[in-house]
Amino acid sequence: MKPLTHCSLRALRDAVRSGEVSAREVAQAHLDRITEVEPAISALLAVTADDALAQADAVDAARSRGDKIGPLAGVPIALKDVICTRGVATTCGSRILAGWKPPYDATVAARIREAGAVMLGKANCDEFAMGSSTENSAYGPTRNPWNLACVPGGSSGGSAAAVAAREVAGSLGSDTGGSIRQPAALCGIVGLKPTYGRVSRFGLVAYASSLDQIGPMARSVEDAALLLEAICGLDPLDSTSVDAAPFTATAVTRGDIRGLRIGVPREFLGDGVDGPVVAAVRAAVEALCAMGATAEECSLRTVRHSLATYYILAPAEASSNLARYDGVRFGLRAEGGSGHAGMTEASREAGFGAETKQRILVGTYALSAGYYDAYYLRAQKVRTLIRRDFDAAFERFDVLVTPTSPTVAFGIGEKSDDPLAMKLADVCTLPANMAGIPGVSIPCGMDRGLPIGLQIMGRSFDEETTLRAAYAYEQATHWHTLRPEVNR
Amino acid sequence: MPGTQTETPYVGSIGMEVHAELLTESKMFCGCRNAFGGKPNTRCCPVCLGLPGSLPVANRLAVELVIRAALALNCAISPIAKFDRKNYFYPDLPKGYQISQYDQPIGSGGWLDIEPEAGPRRVRIRRVHLEEDTGKLMHLPTGESAVDYNRSGVPLMEIVTEFPPDMSSADEARAYLVKLRAILTCIGVSDGKMEQGSLRCEPNISVRPAGSAAFGTKTEIKNLNSFRAVHRGVQHELARQSALLRRGDRVAQETRGWNEARGETVLQRVKEVEQEYRYFPEPDLRPLHIDDAWVASIRASLPELPDTARVRLVEQYGLSATEADLLTQTAAWTAYFERAAGLCGNARATANWMMGELARLLNAAGIEIEQCKAGPEALAELLAMVESSKISGKMAKGVWEAAFESGEAPAAIAARQGEQISDADALGAVLDSVIAAQPDVWSALCAGDEKKLTFMVGQIMKQTRGKANPGEVNRLLRDRMPGGAQ
Ligand SMILES: [Zn+2]
Repeated sequence: MKPLTHCSLRALRDAVRSGEVSAREVAQAHLDRITEVEPAISALLAVTADDALAQADAVDAARSRGDKIGPLAGVPIALKDVICTRGVATTCGSRILAGWKPPYDATVAARIREAGAVMLGKANCDEFAMGSSTENSAYGPTRNPWNLACVPGGSSGGSAAAVAAREVAGSLGSDTGGSIRQPAALCGIVGLKPTYGRVSRFGLVAYASSLDQIGPMARSVEDAALLLEAICGLDPLDSTSVDAAPFTATAVTRGDIRGLRIGVPREFLGDGVDGPVVAAVRAAVEALCAMGATAEECSLRTVRHSLATYYILAPAEASSNLARYDGVRFGLRAEGGSGHAGMTEASREAGFGAETKQRILVGTYALSAGYYDAYYLRAQKVRTLIRRDFDAAFERFDVLVTPTSPTVAFGIGEKSDDPLAMKLADVCTLPANMAGIPGVSIPCGMDRGLPIGLQIMGRSFDEETTLRAAYAYEQATHWHTLRPEVNR
Repeated sequence: MPGTQTETPYVGSIGMEVHAELLTESKMFCGCRNAFGGKPNTRCCPVCLGLPGSLPVANRLAVELVIRAALALNCAISPIAKFDRKNYFYPDLPKGYQISQYDQPIGSGGWLDIEPEAGPRRVRIRRVHLEEDTGKLMHLPTGESAVDYNRSGVPLMEIVTEFPPDMSSADEARAYLVKLRAILTCIGVSDGKMEQGSLRCEPNISVRPAGSAAFGTKTEIKNLNSFRAVHRGVQHELARQSALLRRGDRVAQETRGWNEARGETVLQRVKEVEQEYRYFPEPDLRPLHIDDAWVASIRASLPELPDTARVRLVEQYGLSATEADLLTQTAAWTAYFERAAGLCGNARATANWMMGELARLLNAAGIEIEQCKAGPEALAELLAMVESSKISGKMAKGVWEAAFESGEAPAAIAARQGEQISDADALGAVLDSVIAAQPDVWSALCAGDEKKLTFMVGQIMKQTRGKANPGEVNRLLRDRMPGGAQ
């Protein structure tokens, strides 16, 4: 058998089930790997070694008793630090929640635990998931395992880097405008943003409620599918979760893509997208066609408004979602202010980072009387138009194929002074959040030693077709088998 | 001041915002129990504490109760229940926003009819909507502040009257609230307890010179926790504003609190600018569809409303409008009346007794009719004993007081206190002693001064501590008078 940290999530699960290795051995091997590479990567804000080993022992004990063990038995994973974990600090990458231990588990945290997965730690992210580089974390940046001078992308940069650096076999991230797919692309792994409503948001600390969605990150499509299968489904605690047809990982890996109709929207391959990225995406489309799919260029005329729309809607919702951090009941309470207003002001001033404050200001402005119609209401209307554009495209095509990110990973600090350039990093991923549809990023090439990501988007609640296309491409190519330097 | 100036008459305009906590088992957006009081912060969870990551799930029963109230108030029902966020910072508001309804209230365009002394009036209702209650901020003796979140997330219904206001006097304001409370308790959506704050009313008041088209600056009054306080508070505020204008001063836009002890409103907060609430649709809740079948089934389940009951009571039992008003003030009063009147067969006596003795005792004890230990069966039993002359009206009062206090059956109490004395020999002896003690009165009576009869009967009742049968005493007295049977 390969070193345990080189095994896929599926292979580890099978080995634990068959008794070939113990869950404790798997956990320990990954904890050792964390000790080895974390000083260079800084992907994790907390490592829960003791809990992890105890949980692994429980899996082993259940197996030796002959009890039924879950579909993710012994699989080592990390959760983005915006996902609440009972009794384990959940900071959202913010000073304002430093040391806050939720009294409850997010639905996804409970579900993966029930499935037998072993949580090794909490992953770094941009503060409250606001950012595209993980540089906005109050606890310092995470580094890209492919090049330590580069960002891992964001906001789920820690979740992506931990998987790429083989500290864990899989992880959960959250995606509001590309926060799973973009870091997956930049770190050369698979990242899926499910359909809005597919996965419960209960226990996900909200950034922009109408856009946020939790999803899996892993080193193969099948691994991502196994994670999705474990976490998806209706949750009575989240009224926006949907009772959709169940999703199964086996449906993804069975069957082929003969007759699959692929749309290639030209708006995603225009100015601002690097040449090597365009070339890699075009080559990927050809590879898919070689397997029996058909492809055609198409146009989604309203998607160019996605960025502007996003930067009205997301900050507006964020300004309200983040109002609860007032120093009264939890989190940071700064001294110095007098009265409730003073205490709230001082706590928010000290607790929030610059990007978060900027988005709260923008959102507050957009919702203000006199501006509501011009900004928030109009943005909602544009959002409806974008959704209709996608609906029309999906009448002709089964999936849409685009780049995930216009560029490969950029240098740490390179775009910090250029907020617009930073926001353009999400230009290919935002439309799927606007439309609520699923999108997956998979490795499809290399540029100057850094991975390129291919985005495949599908119809609402059709993660199966979306992932089947991704799986077929992955099986026909070698990109996902490449391993970054840090692993040597 | 020279007395030559004529006083400018001022006209009042009164709008009303009423908040009623709904009678649901659990809170609006979580599973915590909805109840009053209790040890602070014992009925809360991540959702009603607004912990990061928590999400609301709408309580369908609360929506149903608001539809129920909106129907009873003649409102049109919105086809969806859509929620919005009302954003503001306050320590009793855990999320930094309140989930409420902004542009699509569940009910709109309704009305209710009132009949104060000045004559009947229809008060239009602009909207009936659903929101969540806040926690309770408390100031501790140590100088620190504390918050109790037991109330946080309790379903709250807001009922707002239409503008321009249909009410102009304190009488109308009170009549509106009395009627609204009657309807809400009758249909079972609210317990209507003003003292506990489960029914809260905030009138907004302005005055303007008679004949002027422009409305004056309005003030809002809080802390009105009884009908009496509403009446006094509105009256005081109308007078205060009129006096200000008469002096040439202006009324400031402000919130004032009613001080019951001082009998006046006092400044709480000046509203210089309208608070900016930044409403937007609540993204955590999908709108709930309210289809026609749901509305129809709620409408079908509505009990007889106070207005209908009032008309029926007048027709069926021959009561006056005032009596019917009082007996339909809550559903419990109507039910009590109909049960007692049905059992004893004497609606008139039942109405009199309820409006007199029962109301008096309830008032003195400070309890609601629902908590009264002497139920309608007890009252019917008592009235039957009076009717058949088993006890005197005077004795009945004592028996009723005892029954009210203990809940014991009136018949048992009367038996213990001793039945009426009807025996001619026993009463004769009493008569002898009273006549001997009051020779002058007796002579006047015998001389034809009929008014003295009441006095003599009263003396005899006093001697027998009310047990003498008054009919028998009358007969015996007349027998002894000159020209009597003897
Ligand atoms: Zn609760």
